[in-house]
Amino acid sequence: MISSHALLTLPIAAPLVGLVLTTLFWRASKLQRFASLTASLVFLWSAVALLSNTIDGTILATQFGSWDAPFGISFVADNLTSAMVLITAIMAVVIAIYQLTDPEEDSRPMFHPLYHGLLLGVTGAFMTGDIFNMYVWFEVMLISSFGLLVLGGTKEQLDAGVKYVMLNLVMTTIFLVAVAFLYGATGTLNMADLANRVPAIENPGLVTTLAVLFLLAFASKAALFPLFFWLPASYHTASTPILAIFAALLTKVGVYAIVRCFTLIFPVTEGFATIIGVIAALTMVTGVLGAASHFDIRKILSFHIISQIGYMLVGVAIATPMALAGSVLYIVHHIIVKANLFLIGGVIKRKTGSYQLKQIGGLHRAAPFLAILFCIPALSLAGLPPLSGFWAKYLVIKPSLDAGSWYLAATALIVGVLTLYSMLKIWNEAFWKSSATPEFAAPLAPNSSFAGQYIAIATLSAITLCIGLNPEPFVAFSMEAAAQLSDSSRYINAVLENPYARD
Amino acid sequence: MEPLYIIAIGVMAGTAAYLLMSRNVLRMVLGLLLFGNAANLTLFVAGRLGSSLPPLIPGDQTTLAISANPLPQALVLTAIVISFSLVVFTVVLLRKAHERLHIVDTEEMREAEPVNQSTDDDLSGAKE
Repeated sequence: MISSHALLTLPIAAPLVGLVLTTLFWRASKLQRFASLTASLVFLWSAVALLSNTIDGTILATQFGSWDAPFGISFVADNLTSAMVLITAIMAVVIAIYQLTDPEEDSRPMFHPLYHGLLLGVTGAFMTGDIFNMYVWFEVMLISSFGLLVLGGTKEQLDAGVKYVMLNLVMTTIFLVAVAFLYGATGTLNMADLANRVPAIENPGLVTTLAVLFLLAFASKAALFPLFFWLPASYHTASTPILAIFAALLTKVGVYAIVRCFTLIFPVTEGFATIIGVIAALTMVTGVLGAASHFDIRKILSFHIISQIGYMLVGVAIATPMALAGSVLYIVHHIIVKANLFLIGGVIKRKTGSYQLKQIGGLHRAAPFLAILFCIPALSLAGLPPLSGFWAKYLVIKPSLDAGSWYLAATALIVGVLTLYSMLKIWNEAFWKSSATPEFAAPLAPNSSFAGQYIAIATLSAITLCIGLNPEPFVAFSMEAAAQLSDSSRYINAVLENPYARD
Repeated sequence: MEPLYIIAIGVMAGTAAYLLMSRNVLRMVLGLLLFGNAANLTLFVAGRLGSSLPPLIPGDQTTLAISANPLPQALVLTAIVISFSLVVFTVVLLRKAHERLHIVDTEEMREAEPVNQSTDDDLSGAKE
C-alpha cells in the first residue's frame, strides 16, 4: 500500500526526474529519447496509481513539510484532478512514442527537458490546493512553453514567441494581482480555506471583483472570447509534437482553473452564470468561424481549440452536476482528440511536405491507413455518434436544455455542424481530391519510418473509440467527479481535517 | 504608510500600462518589469503593513506578540524570482528576434500572421 503522500508526490516527481535525466543525456540523442519515454511511463504508472486510489470517490490530500493546512502547501486529488493527471500522463507517453521516429527532433536536444518541464508545470497546477502555488506552477508551465515555442528559432516562431510571451506574462501578472487582493481580503491562500472564508466577506462587490479578476486571468489562459488572439497567432508555428502537447494541455489548465475556482471558491451566482454562458457561446462561434475560413491544417485545428473550449465552459455556466460532468468528460475527450488531429497533421506534413490544403491531396490512396485514423478523431470532434465527442456533447447540451438555456444548446449544435464542415474540408482537400501536383513536395518516406507516429495516433484513436463505444464507465466517473465539484464540503473536509499524512 | 504604497502602485501600474501599449518591444519589456513590481508591491500591501519586527522567536520565549507578517514576504520573494527569470527570457527572445527580423515595432512583426501574402500559401488566411 502506497501512502497518500507518495501517491500525490509521484506524479510530480516523475517529470522532474525526467527533466533531470534528459538534461544529463543532452548529447546522446537515442539515450535521451529512451529516458524521456521511461520517465513518461513512470509518470503514467503513478497517475494510474493515483486514479485507482481516488476512483471510489475518496479525496486524497497531503501537506508538505509538516505544516498543517491552511499554512502549508496542500496537494489534493479528487476525481477531476486524478483524471486530468492521468490524461496528461497518457499524452506524455504518446508524444514520447511519437518522438521516437520523428526526424525533425534529432537536432533539438532541448526538446525533452522542456517537454518534461511543461508536464511538471501542468501536473502541479492540477494537483495543488493553494492558489499562490497554482501561480507558481503556471509559471513553470509557461517558461517551458516559451522555450518549446521558439525551439526551432525560425523567423515565424520568434515573431509568434514575442506575442505569446508578452500576452501571457501580462495575464499571469494579473493573476498574481488577483491573488494579492484575495489574500488581502481573506488572509489565506489555501483553496479549501478560501472556500470557507470567501462567503464570510461582507462586501459583495469585492467578491465579484475578485471573481472577475480570476476569470480574466484564467480566461486568457484558456483562450476564451475575447482573449484568444495569442493562440491562433502563435500555435501554428510550433512543430508537430510541441503543437500537440500545447493543444492538449495548455488551454485545459486554464479551463481546469476556471472549473476549480468557480465551483470551490466563488460558486457561480445567477448573473455570473449568464456572463459565463455568453462568453462560452461567443467562444464557440468565433473559434469555429475562424477554423472555417482557413486552409492551413494547423490553423484550422488551432481555431478549433478555441471553439471547443466554449463547450467546456457551458458546464460551468449551467453548474448543475450533470452539466459539470459534461465539462469533465468534454475536457478528457477533447485532449485526446485534438492532440491526435495535430499528430495526424504532422504525419500529413511529413508525407506531403506541406500543411496547405491547396497543395496536397490524394492521401486516401497514398496513405489509406492514415485516412481511416483521421476519420475517428475528426468525426469525434464534430460530435458524431458513436464516438466520444457525441457523448461529451450530449452531456453538455442536455443539461443546458434542462436548465432552459436554449441559446447555449442551439449554439453548441450549430457549432457542431460547422465543425463537421471544416473537418470535411480537411478530408476532401487532403485525402479525397486527387493530388493537385503529381509529385508531393517531399518524397514519400517508407511506412516503416513512421512506426512510432502511427502507434501514437492509433493509441489515441483507440482511446477515442473506447470512450465512444463504451461510454458508461466514463460518464459514471464524470458524474462522480461532478458530484465532488458540486458538493465542495467534501473537498474542504479532505484538505482541512486530514491531519498531515505521516503514514 | 499604506496610502503612500497604494499611490506608488498606481503610478507604477499606470506607467506600465502606458509602456505595454506602445508598439516598441523594448518599452514593452520595461512595462512588464514595472508591472511585475507593481504586482509584488500589491502582494506586500495585501499582507498589511504593520510592525517591522522580524518574525523570529527569541530563544528564551515561546510566543511572539507582534511581528511582521512573513507570508507576503515569502510570496513576494517567489514572485520576484519568477518575474525576473521571465523578463530575462523575454529580453533574450527579443534580442534574438531583433537579430533575425531587424524590427522593434510589433505592428511590423507579421511573420507568423502575414497581412498580404504574395504567395498563394494560405489564400483565405490572408485577411486577418
